[in-house]
Amino acid sequence: MINKDFFFKGFKSILAPDSPAIALGCCFIAIGALLKNLGFNIQESIFSTMLTYALPGSLVMAESLLVGASLLNIFLAVWFVNARLYPMTVSLFPLMMHKNQPRWKYYFSCHFIAVSAWLIMKSNYKNIEKKHRIDFWIGIGSATWTTAVIGTFIGFYASDYLDKNMMMGLAILNPIYFLCMMVGAMKTIQIVSAVILGLLLGPIFYFLSPEWSILLGGLVGGTIAYFIGELNVN
Amino acid sequence: MSTSIILAIIVTSLATFSSRFLGVISSEGIKETSKLFRWFNCLAYSTLAALIARTIIFPVGVLSDASYLSRTIVVIFCLFIFFISKRNFVYPTVISAIMMALLSGHL
Repeated sequence: MINKDFFFKGFKSILAPDSPAIALGCCFIAIGALLKNLGFNIQESIFSTMLTYALPGSLVMAESLLVGASLLNIFLAVWFVNARLYPMTVSLFPLMMHKNQPRWKYYFSCHFIAVSAWLIMKSNYKNIEKKHRIDFWIGIGSATWTTAVIGTFIGFYASDYLDKNMMMGLAILNPIYFLCMMVGAMKTIQIVSAVILGLLLGPIFYFLSPEWSILLGGLVGGTIAYFIGELNVN
Repeated sequence: MSTSIILAIIVTSLATFSSRFLGVISSEGIKETSKLFRWFNCLAYSTLAALIARTIIFPVGVLSDASYLSRTIVVIFCLFIFFISKRNFVYPTVISAIMMALLSGHL
């Protein structure tokens, strides 16, 4: 089963001074308010955050519902914007897989893959013995997931008191927090190149194809950054 | 309306979980010291950077009503705060929300 010590160690990591809890919570407050304005009830809003737990995907779903898109359109639109979760998972789970751990932990805990938890794990995994990393990860994921659910709950009931300017303030919090975290993670030539190329290519590819822009920007930028890093090492 | 909302939530969660689950399946054959792992690491950072840039420059939702000027000022000022505060994440994050709420009414 899950090692309690490492689970709670991970869970408490969101209490750190530079934790993403505040930014994450505020963004889901905005999501909660948005869902209420779209006609969701409290159960549906909480259900949405619990099952999806990916902010851009929730936003795309909300926008799609607003324009009356079909279920297939919603699926494709969300898949395009959330396909980033695939490379994020592949770049994290090999660090946590251990022969003594059951596979169900990996299948269950992949639901916690999101930018905030991913960045916390990436900056802390070296301090945890490999065998216990998955339990530490489940702790981090449970904490960020709980924060998101609480944020949605607060946002739903606070929506009547939030004007448009306040909603804009809440909406900018998350990209600014992630931008600072990404800049803070730029410690090797590969990561520096990957972040800068992604920031440049994402918007450029938007003019070619808005749906594919994130994936193309990431694929092209990441591949160039990989070769820059390999050449630099050689 | 309620049925379509529940279906939309289920469809959204399936579209999201599929990427995560496929990622775990793929991870089973990848060693953390391999070149493939390093490539995926670069892809992950680059894709996240592309997402952040798109969220700020071409946002969906309420942020799309904020002007380019106000978003640009907030981003540049918050990066400035990030560097002068010795890479503290909290100050620029909190300041970004206050600045955007104040600027969006005027710019």
